[in-house]
Amino acid sequence: MKMVNLTIDGKTVTVPEGTLIVNAAKKVGIDIPVFCYHPKMEPVGMCRMCLVEIGRPVIDRTTGQVVREDDGSPKMQFGPKLETACTTPVSEGMVVLGTSEKAKAGRQDIIEFLLTSHPLDCPICDKGGECPLQNLTMEFGPGESRYLYDEKMHLAKHVPLGELIYLDRERCIQCGRCVRFQDQVVDDPVIGFFQRGRSLEIVTYSEPGFDSVFSGNTTDICPVGALTTTDFRFKARPWELRSAASICTQCPVGCNIAFNTRREAVSGGKWVIKRVMPRQNEWVNEIWMCDKGRFGYHYSKSAERLTQPLVRRQGELAPATWEEALSFVAERFQQAGDGLFSIAGGRLSNEDLYNQGKLTDSLGGKKVLYGTMGGGDLTAQSGLVPGSNFSDMGKETAILVVASDLHEEAPIWWLRVKQAAERGAQLIVANPRPTRLDAYATHLVRYPYGSEAGALLAMVNTLSAKRPDLPEAVANLVRSPELKAAAKAFAEAENAVILYGSEGTGLETSTALAQSCQNLLLATGHIGRINNGLVAVWQRVNDQGAWELGWRPVANLPEAMQAARALYVAAADPAGDDPAYLAEGRLGSQEQAFLVVQDLFLTATARLADVVLPVQAWTEREGSYTSGERRVQRFYPVVPELADSYADFSVAGQIGKRLGLDMEIRLAGRTFARLASETPAFTGLSYARLAEVVEQWPIVGRGDLYYGGTTYENSQGIGVQLPLTSAGGLSWPKLVEVGMPKIGLLAVPITRLYDHGSTLLPSSMLHQRIPEPYVVLNDQDAERLKISEGAAIQLIPAEGGSWLGVRAIARLRSDVPERIVLVPRSFGLPVAGPTVVSVRLAERVLA
Amino acid sequence: MDADTGLPSQSQNGQYLLLRHRDTPSIGELEVYRRLGGFEAWQKVITSMQPGQVTDVVKTSGLRGRGGAGFPTGMKWAFIDNKNWPHYVVANADESEPGTFKDREIMEGNPFQFLEGVAICAYAIQANAAYVYLRGEFWQLAAWLDRKIAEMEAAGLLGEKLFGTDYSLHIYTHLGAGAYICGEETAMLESIEGKLGQPRLRPPFPPSYGLFGKPTVVNNVETLTNVPLIIEHGAEWYRSLGTEKSAGVKIFSLSGCVERPGNYELPLGTTFRELIFTHGGGITGDRQVKAIMAAGASSALIVANEEALDTPMDYESVPRVGAQLGSASVIVIDDSVSIPWLINKTMHFFKHESCGKCTPCREGTFWMMHLTERIVEGSATLEDVELLQDVANQVKGKCLCALGDFSTEAVLTGIERFRPDFELAVAGSAVAN
Amino acid sequence: MFAEKYSDEIQAILSKYPPEQRRAAVMPLIYLAQREQMYVTKQAMVEIAEILGISSTDVASIVGFYTLYYDKVGSTYRVQVCTDLPCALRGAEQFLEGLCNNLGIRVGETTPDGAVMVEAVMCLAACDKAPMFQVQSGDGLSYHENQTVESAASLVAELRRKAQSKRRDGHGR
Repeated sequence: MKMVNLTIDGKTVTVPEGTLIVNAAKKVGIDIPVFCYHPKMEPVGMCRMCLVEIGRPVIDRTTGQVVREDDGSPKMQFGPKLETACTTPVSEGMVVLGTSEKAKAGRQDIIEFLLTSHPLDCPICDKGGECPLQNLTMEFGPGESRYLYDEKMHLAKHVPLGELIYLDRERCIQCGRCVRFQDQVVDDPVIGFFQRGRSLEIVTYSEPGFDSVFSGNTTDICPVGALTTTDFRFKARPWELRSAASICTQCPVGCNIAFNTRREAVSGGKWVIKRVMPRQNEWVNEIWMCDKGRFGYHYSKSAERLTQPLVRRQGELAPATWEEALSFVAERFQQAGDGLFSIAGGRLSNEDLYNQGKLTDSLGGKKVLYGTMGGGDLTAQSGLVPGSNFSDMGKETAILVVASDLHEEAPIWWLRVKQAAERGAQLIVANPRPTRLDAYATHLVRYPYGSEAGALLAMVNTLSAKRPDLPEAVANLVRSPELKAAAKAFAEAENAVILYGSEGTGLETSTALAQSCQNLLLATGHIGRINNGLVAVWQRVNDQGAWELGWRPVANLPEAMQAARALYVAAADPAGDDPAYLAEGRLGSQEQAFLVVQDLFLTATARLADVVLPVQAWTEREGSYTSGERRVQRFYPVVPELADSYADFSVAGQIGKRLGLDMEIRLAGRTFARLASETPAFTGLSYARLAEVVEQWPIVGRGDLYYGGTTYENSQGIGVQLPLTSAGGLSWPKLVEVGMPKIGLLAVPITRLYDHGSTLLPSSMLHQRIPEPYVVLNDQDAERLKISEGAAIQLIPAEGGSWLGVRAIARLRSDVPERIVLVPRSFGLPVAGPTVVSVRLAERVLA
Repeated sequence: MDADTGLPSQSQNGQYLLLRHRDTPSIGELEVYRRLGGFEAWQKVITSMQPGQVTDVVKTSGLRGRGGAGFPTGMKWAFIDNKNWPHYVVANADESEPGTFKDREIMEGNPFQFLEGVAICAYAIQANAAYVYLRGEFWQLAAWLDRKIAEMEAAGLLGEKLFGTDYSLHIYTHLGAGAYICGEETAMLESIEGKLGQPRLRPPFPPSYGLFGKPTVVNNVETLTNVPLIIEHGAEWYRSLGTEKSAGVKIFSLSGCVERPGNYELPLGTTFRELIFTHGGGITGDRQVKAIMAAGASSALIVANEEALDTPMDYESVPRVGAQLGSASVIVIDDSVSIPWLINKTMHFFKHESCGKCTPCREGTFWMMHLTERIVEGSATLEDVELLQDVANQVKGKCLCALGDFSTEAVLTGIERFRPDFELAVAGSAVAN
Repeated sequence: MFAEKYSDEIQAILSKYPPEQRRAAVMPLIYLAQREQMYVTKQAMVEIAEILGISSTDVASIVGFYTLYYDKVGSTYRVQVCTDLPCALRGAEQFLEGLCNNLGIRVGETTPDGAVMVEAVMCLAACDKAPMFQVQSGDGLSYHENQTVESAASLVAELRRKAQSKRRDGHGR
């Protein structure tokens, strides 16, 4: 890369060719003020705040040499006008004056202009204290305004752009950051400018308004208090807030976040979370986060939280002391011995899973990861190696996204994959129905539901190793030029990454898919190098961590549980997800195994338990998660723990202690140290290591919020990506034939961002975005079945069982394949994988 | 002398070159235009000239852009990026500068010569599509041009494989919808693309990054209407018209306080005096000329003294009296007009037309409008006049495009050159005589 | 629906622009949507957005930016008198005032029958033929130059009659 030397305010700077002056200055600690410029977006030069004087060396046209003054210094020519530092790239020998009288006067002028139309309501503005306009006015403003106060415009101050974002029209300075973010960054242009000149305003004409899943980010980058979130609006002042580093738990991306808290009288003097902000990690979420993460944290403060252990007495769950509960549990686990059956959810931290695993292993019991996705062993063998970063992927990279509606399953990955495609990456989207990623795809592959593994093997077949027995369903696909072209693009790319999700898959099909993915990577040599490998779009934040620590899902959980003498269920709610557990007496009946449930809430499963053990939310404790990219990241306590409460790892540890095991019960860090010493992939890791940071670009979140917005700087750890475990050889997956039934429909599970999960529903502000339980039918099928849009229906499994008459609203779409019913997960509809069903109208229409 | 209008004819042989309908009212009919040699230049370039040769001829002719900036036309064509395809031509028919009404007359009266110019430009840069961007108010004119384009297509002058070659060209009209700023070439491109008509950052300039991100030449209607003549009669002939540095003829739109407002096709270098008094019939009524705006509302105010009146109207001379020729839209202001009233008018215009993209223009035009309002109402003090001058200087030189700077021209030169008017206005009276 | 009713016109408009640049058709489509009622309904914005593959907010932004588009119901005809500097120097302001007095309305108001609104607008590129105005309706725009209050008033009267018969025929507002 060619480097360019220049001088900015007397400081010599050397930066790569093409760098904008504003960024070159920032790199050497010179703040050139901006409003419209944002380092994550294309420069537009609108606000004119960054005006500087620029001199360029005079070049002799005949010789091409720099003309020199008598003293040998280059002769400089300054333009007659001030120029915008945010749109001007550096050039060799350039001299930039940002603090000359002329430049200073220019900035004063711009500030004065901006303030002619800005209200003087800083004392009641949510942005006050972290407001770029306020800060830059203090630093660069003229100190007085000659504009007559009573000639100021008065505009609407409480304009809801949607249920999550409010606009104060008076405060808007028309910098367009929000509009450009929605348009250019996340391609969801649901807000725009309306009118022109001084009447320019931000509007939405979309239905239902500003409903982008990335909407909250606009409030971070808004340089004034024009855009605020419903969550934080009028709730606190920035200077009252403390911040604590954390990790979002809503999906496997593991966005780095910061919680802002304050002590408040209204909450009885307690520390209370006031908002969630993104925290910079350029390898993970950059400076963004999705609305589910930003607004979905409220469950941690829900009044429904369990606060003390419950033990079943005379058939009823009754409060008990920890001593009573834990001793009882320990005694029964001891009796169960190798009949102990542990079920853990991927919401648990590495430390929790390690301790629960240790306890279970010690008794010779069985560890089961609650979930329906396979392949975590393969992502460990063939995943992204340390140093990989979606931000570095471009022309030389192919990205294959298979069986995933990424925008719903992991929005930030969707964004990063989209941006890689925009930088020139070959994007292959393989999915049975259209998704929001299709628009950026260079290759689209459509396969029938259930044939995802076959489709990938078909790609392998076009390249090398022939596997003869591909299922009938993909026979046509094998011959399709689209598939061949996609395979070729994938094979020929220097680097290649596969993300596989769980669109339409159950555990068996998912496992086969993961193996097929690995085969494609092996066949094309895309393993073990930076920016190559396999990533699973898990359903939980720490599913990957659970696999790393030896937890595995089982195909038929009810059957597998049959032999159990004691069940230890943590962060999972099988009975809530599938009412059949209740109906068929598989859980909780006295003849069945002793049931211990460890959770935040009294879930459906907990109601059946013999002992219920409450735990701390992740905001009340320390721990670490392993993201889908296998990055191990720490989270820190945000608010004080509830009295007499323990983290999951501690509860498991205390049970273990009672069984005479040597287990850590107090410190997460010490637990992690034990974990690291016993788990090869974690060798050498420690909490200190995870807390290490490096300088990131863009520079954000310091005193100068004008530049990158209110995103938090990362000072508490960027995490560590795990090395690959021993590579697996090429083995062919067991393909599951999922054909279309002769009669009936095929119901397949899909993932929606806003679901009915217990960690989302307590956030009432999101309720408008969380639909009633619903399923999606092909509109032709619906016509044939006489089902209209919005009708209440029931799905009847062909294999029998009534699913207790669970009802759903029918939605009709033409882009759903015929005879397919899409069933969103976590809406109480128990479809764990492709399932043959019939559909009938429910007798009672749902409200 | 022209029989219909009683106006002097323009070129050596006594004929109009651009406003040819004044000589031949039916020249808007294809058959008439062709009978007079129309489309011979078009056929000539396609069948016997290389694209680069066409550009060279236009370069040599000294033709400069007639939209206002006066940029050498051939040079603009030569800048086209031949590594990036396809190319486009956009004809700027957004004519919205107060005082400008020449392009409309050309397109109404002599449409084929304009369209032939568009076509030759397209060939020179090897574009296969050209768009004529008309201001939305030119609704009927657009329909008229659509008919003329259809006639050309029917006659094999536009379409596929023209004159038996592989070259194809389509011309389309595109209507704006009421936005002065779309006359700025990059705002125009944004507008055609279906976006807000806000100017882009320059560089990159349209010849490298234009319509749909492709290399594009944007030329004014009048500029393009010159091109067939240059091809037909040669660059040397064209250079012989006008002055050394300002070649050719120009249409001067004359408006304001004159007896005979209208378009006058004259050689560049004609004096203000000749335009206003010989052609325009002098000042209306019993009045004296007080000021002149040479480039519409965007002009500096020229004090109409003897020296100014004797100044030749060409790109080099007008700056000597502290103004620019621009689009040669000459607004004549007589001594009954209060300059504060006048700049309040222009400020209303610029405030209304500011696109809002950049801060100084958006806020500055709004503020200046308020200040001129106060001055005109007689509720201002001299402090407001100083402030107005300050604000104009604050806007000047800091905007994203030229509109903001334009808005300050009349304000700054008005205060500087007609200060007594402001003192009177502040004192509650109107005009300084 | 707009898209169905005008499918031929829409196709003709789309054919003017490169297929991958459909968005370019937004301005002509808005004119088309404005044809019947002199304003663009929200429904039409949604349909235009669908045709072009952009958001309805994108369409609304365009409607909002340009002065010849309307997002609210207004008069059937708009008489738009240029009062910019060159026209004002030739009596356009007095003309506008005279016309409004004649009609018994103020500038910016609509005749009581909702037929004609009279407003002042910026330069219309007819400075030599002032006083002048344009008439905008769903059908487009027409210029009326070298006007007097009387000639304009009689045109307004005619427009009011036309608006009435339009309403009778069930077109327009």
